[in-house]
Amino acid sequence: MLFSISLLIAICMTVKSQDFETLNFKELEPTFHLQNDTTYVINFWAMWCKPCVEELPEFEHIRKSYENKQVKVILISLDFGAKVEERLSRFLTKKNINAEVVILDDPDANSWIGKVDNKWDGALPATVIYKKDKRKFFARKVTYSELAETIDNLNR
Amino acid sequence: MMKKILFLSFLLISAVAIHAQEYKVGDSATDFKLKNIDGKHISLADYKDAKGFVVIFTCNHCPYAVAYEDRIIDLDKKYKKKGFPVIAINPNDPAIVPGDSFEEMQKRAKEKGFTFPYLFDAKQEVYKNFGATKTPHVYILSKNGKDLKVEYIGTIDNNYKDHSKVSIKYVEDAINSLLMNKKPAVTYTKAIGCSIKTKG
Repeated sequence: MLFSISLLIAICMTVKSQDFETLNFKELEPTFHLQNDTTYVINFWAMWCKPCVEELPEFEHIRKSYENKQVKVILISLDFGAKVEERLSRFLTKKNINAEVVILDDPDANSWIGKVDNKWDGALPATVIYKKDKRKFFARKVTYSELAETIDNLNR
Repeated sequence: MMKKILFLSFLLISAVAIHAQEYKVGDSATDFKLKNIDGKHISLADYKDAKGFVVIFTCNHCPYAVAYEDRIIDLDKKYKKKGFPVIAINPNDPAIVPGDSFEEMQKRAKEKGFTFPYLFDAKQEVYKNFGATKTPHVYILSKNGKDLKVEYIGTIDNNYKDHSKVSIKYVEDAINSLLMNKKPAVTYTKAIGCSIKTKG
């Protein structure tokens, strides 16, 4: 009995808590230069960042509408502090966000901000959309229609 | 084709428009007058004996700003007596972030024991003049007579998360150079931060 309860709890926990990869920028960097036929939509955000949280549903919407069209949405969380994975997991469940989330843990920000895009000066949110060597960068909050238009343009 | 040209010209115009008003290293900065948490208005011209200033756009709500609070206090304690006081400015619109209201600024400054003025950019003009885009965002100015020259723009150091793991103190290095009448070796870095909150 006790065993089945703990098994049940264990199953619930695995289902509930999403696993996140935590990377430094060097590990993450190849994600910005993949040379395949997928269009990558990569957003820098954090749970405490109000405009970031406001635009999250737009990215989720993009993920769903372009599900079978070789578009990949990656949300790069810059959250830090105690129990960050647990907090993220709860937050994403609550907001119903199912896009891939990666935690970027690289506190020497000056060393990598310019490698994301030389126009980026480090203010959150920021979004890179690219396919092979064509790319577009937003250093601000974006809407679904801007994202969709950019993706469609890159695929024209 | 036409669409492309239009788009490119738009990009060009917006790039020019954005760059026209932001300070670059070497530019002269314009003084300002803003309300401090004690209710008094402060200008840089009030600091007769200063050799320069560490102007930091910062705020209450942003975790990066919070992570740097103690380091900003230390900077002020160390460099005020050498002629480079910290001048902190909150550029955010409290209508968007209630935690950055004037009252909340007063509260936070008291809790942390800020040793420097914490000014409120109520009209959101000063940060636009500087070209600040986030909190925290540092501008080191040197003073020569009435002229204020931008000497460094960027981040405080190379580890926002952990003070003890910092290996490059950009702001301290820049001030130390200026104190020896030398140009800082590094005059520009990119700081991670929370975008400045404004309605437009």
